[in-house]
Amino acid sequence: MTVWPVVLVVGVATVIFKASGPVLLGRSPLPAPLAGVVVLLGPVLLAALVVTQTVGGDGRIVLDARLAGVGAAALTIAARAPLPAVVLVAAAATALVRLLT
Amino acid sequence: MSSEGASYRDGVRASLPIAATVWFFGVSFGLLARTSGLGAVAPLVMSATTFAGSAQFAAASILGTSSGAAAAITAAVLLNGRYVPISISVARLFHGHRLRRLAEAQLIVDESWALSSRGDGRYDRGLLLGAGIVLYAAWVTGTGVGVVFGRALGDPKALGLDGAFPALFLALLIPQLATPRARLAALLGGAIALTLIPFTPAGVPIVAASTACLLGLRGRS
Repeated sequence: MTVWPVVLVVGVATVIFKASGPVLLGRSPLPAPLAGVVVLLGPVLLAALVVTQTVGGDGRIVLDARLAGVGAAALTIAARAPLPAVVLVAAAATALVRLLT
Repeated sequence: MSSEGASYRDGVRASLPIAATVWFFGVSFGLLARTSGLGAVAPLVMSATTFAGSAQFAAASILGTSSGAAAAITAAVLLNGRYVPISISVARLFHGHRLRRLAEAQLIVDESWALSSRGDGRYDRGLLLGAGIVLYAAWVTGTGVGVVFGRALGDPKALGLDGAFPALFLALLIPQLATPRARLAALLGGAIALTLIPFTPAGVPIVAASTACLLGLRGRS
């Protein structure tokens, strides 16, 4: 039974990760140099998530139907469509390209 | 910060379009977990305690192979390593007893965090927690539906859900690219992640990409 140790360890680690800032730092303002770094965290981590989820595979870069989905999403975002439309278009484009290839 | 801050209700409202998406991701996680042999209860407990989609997908798919528990734990813990800097970025929004801060901090998830960003390095408590509670409910109920009824949905890959994940993150990324420095940092972070994918276990590329934030040490933008 390997499932429960994974659920337990990952759960406890994630609870600690998420609580680390709020519990350990509290309300004290971040030092100025750190504040400049934290501003960039959003763009950087979201960009890394886009990249790893678009072309990430099992220890290698995989170019597949996901690329079409993200490309279609980019066009939909450029057309100022609402978020659910962006996600639906991405799923549809991914599914369609996968079906055809 | 509280005088001009958004209310929890604003956070709830802002999160609804994302919550619909997250609910479907929850359904597909429940389905994947079930077909990977995690049973019915463990996926629900995982969604309720870990509440982080990408790490849960990684853990469930690795458990479905012959790689074993250690590989699943390593991948999921590394993937969630980003929540250390993320939680530091919003630390100021939490107050009260340590236990209360610990509990409220569990509502931090990529999407609630991105929604609560004001773009200048500050974050909004009402948006973060209001969105967080809705997304939490969507993720856990979606998981439950996926565990029980997932088979009726068919193969998540045939539905293109794996292409919808990065699309959601792209949609959350674009509004955060307001300054030249933010665009440069995002480009650098994406390049670091791309470079490391073939050489490191899942999760490391994302954690390593966060070093691109050090661009913020150089003067003012």
